[in-house]
Amino acid sequence: MTAVQKRIIINRLALAFSTLSAIIALAFLFWILGVLVMKGMSALNWNIFIYEGSPPGYAESGLKHALVGQLILVSLATVIGVPLGIMAGTYLSEYGKNSKLAHTIRDISDIMMSAPSIVIGAFVYAVVVMPMGHFSAWAGAIALAIIMIPVILRTTDDMLQLVPGTLREAAFALGAPKYKVIIDVVYRGAKAGILTGVLLGIARVGGETAPLLFTSFNDNFFTTDLNEAMPSLTVTMFNYAISPYDDWQQLGWAAAFILSMFILGLNIIGRLILLAGKRK
Amino acid sequence: MIDKIFLNMTRTSALLILFIVAWIFVVLFNQSTEAMQTFGLDFITKDEWAPNLDKFGAYAAIFGSVASTFLAMLLAIPIAIGVAIFLSEIAHDKIKGFFGVSVELLAAIPSVIYGMWGLFFFVPILRDMFGGMGIGLLAAGIVLAIMILPFMAAVTRDAMNTTPDILKESAYALGGTQWDVIKDVIIPYAKAGIIGSLILALGRAIGETMAVTFVMGNVHHTPNSIMDPTTSIPVTLANEFTEADSSLYFSSLFGLALTLLVMSFVVIAVAKFYFLRKVRKGQ
Repeated sequence: MTAVQKRIIINRLALAFSTLSAIIALAFLFWILGVLVMKGMSALNWNIFIYEGSPPGYAESGLKHALVGQLILVSLATVIGVPLGIMAGTYLSEYGKNSKLAHTIRDISDIMMSAPSIVIGAFVYAVVVMPMGHFSAWAGAIALAIIMIPVILRTTDDMLQLVPGTLREAAFALGAPKYKVIIDVVYRGAKAGILTGVLLGIARVGGETAPLLFTSFNDNFFTTDLNEAMPSLTVTMFNYAISPYDDWQQLGWAAAFILSMFILGLNIIGRLILLAGKRK
Repeated sequence: MIDKIFLNMTRTSALLILFIVAWIFVVLFNQSTEAMQTFGLDFITKDEWAPNLDKFGAYAAIFGSVASTFLAMLLAIPIAIGVAIFLSEIAHDKIKGFFGVSVELLAAIPSVIYGMWGLFFFVPILRDMFGGMGIGLLAAGIVLAIMILPFMAAVTRDAMNTTPDILKESAYALGGTQWDVIKDVIIPYAKAGIIGSLILALGRAIGETMAVTFVMGNVHHTPNSIMDPTTSIPVTLANEFTEADSSLYFSSLFGLALTLLVMSFVVIAVAKFYFLRKVRKGQ
């Protein structure tokens, strides 16, 4: 065998290996997606949206409590996290720029984005749940907001920097004060980008289970009281899936399917907005 | 006037991030002092975790975290690099698009669902193949590997894509095969970026809770084989936090949380500041 032939054979083997690994990866991923869709679809029915949780064995059991709880928790987290994230991002892009402080904040926030979410849960337990003496929706929402802020901060910072400096200068030349320039010119220019950041932030916390386990805890019944433990789709899914009851496990898969579709929808809408913005 | 208020509002929000991070460390540290004072170094070197005897040694949990992450990396790295090579050098544009969408799909799935899949569909297979319970270190490593694979492949591909075409073309002009170009041009060029991405994935894997809680077993025992059920820091926290009934028990759990936070902070910081910063500077 000549050296050239040997190199060609090695080349073929290497390329075959990488194609094979792509096939293996895809196979596993489709297996999981397939299970999610099959199990989820077969467990879906109207009762899920009408009834709240009930002991195993009852036909009239659903996920209304968890759906509403999830919506409340995520909305509350959005209300807390989005303004803070956008304002912090605004500071970095418009005031901090390349200062040392701004870079430190960017770095720390980047690390926070990948930090273990269960640790955030433990922290919120110590500073909110312990002083209050009981689990609450507030605690869960605060934990989610802490996870959401770095995501929104990062995208806001990036998106505002994309707005051309000449636009700002033109507004300044007309005599506008800085806050007016930021709100009326910079924000308007980066509207699509900021919205995408917000949607991705919501999608990021929507699937979180770990930080809710000991902050908003869980409840098998419908509640809208923010001072009480509040059910969420993720924690309900977790509790139902590890239960030995078949009908609860079914509900767990239904919850998994609904939540995945919701998060997937947010991701797709976010990306479409960004694409539409770019095309302009 | 309004200008000042606006500046102060945004600055306060930005500083809030630093404040929260510092506060997290302080709170976890304060909460865990009781355990640290009671056990000292034994907390991380002993593996006896007996709440009824008020004895807490976190070695098994720390070992479980490190071992399951190591196992996941061992399984995921070769496949992720293979996928990245496939995506950046081999695949047709249409396949790239399709694959890109699949990766997005998978990133959207909450990690708790990977855990459910692992428990109901994958653990039974392991049980049939190797006997025993199926639940344990190996199951956790595999589920974790599958979970981080899309992220890892995507960032590795991005790192490889930074190689300038002109370098690749020069190598082809010298008669290199595709593999020669990959191993002698692309990988050396993108090395820092690839390593940084892999470590970043490791940082995510080590703190992952829900994907492994289902399949690890929560047994405080240093495993003798990869088929043994064991525990990890996040798994222990998820299972025991709401059950803790003594202040020493709580304090020990906070000690675990602090250990995990420090571990992942260090790993992520190394990836970001040592490897990925190099890449940014190089460009």
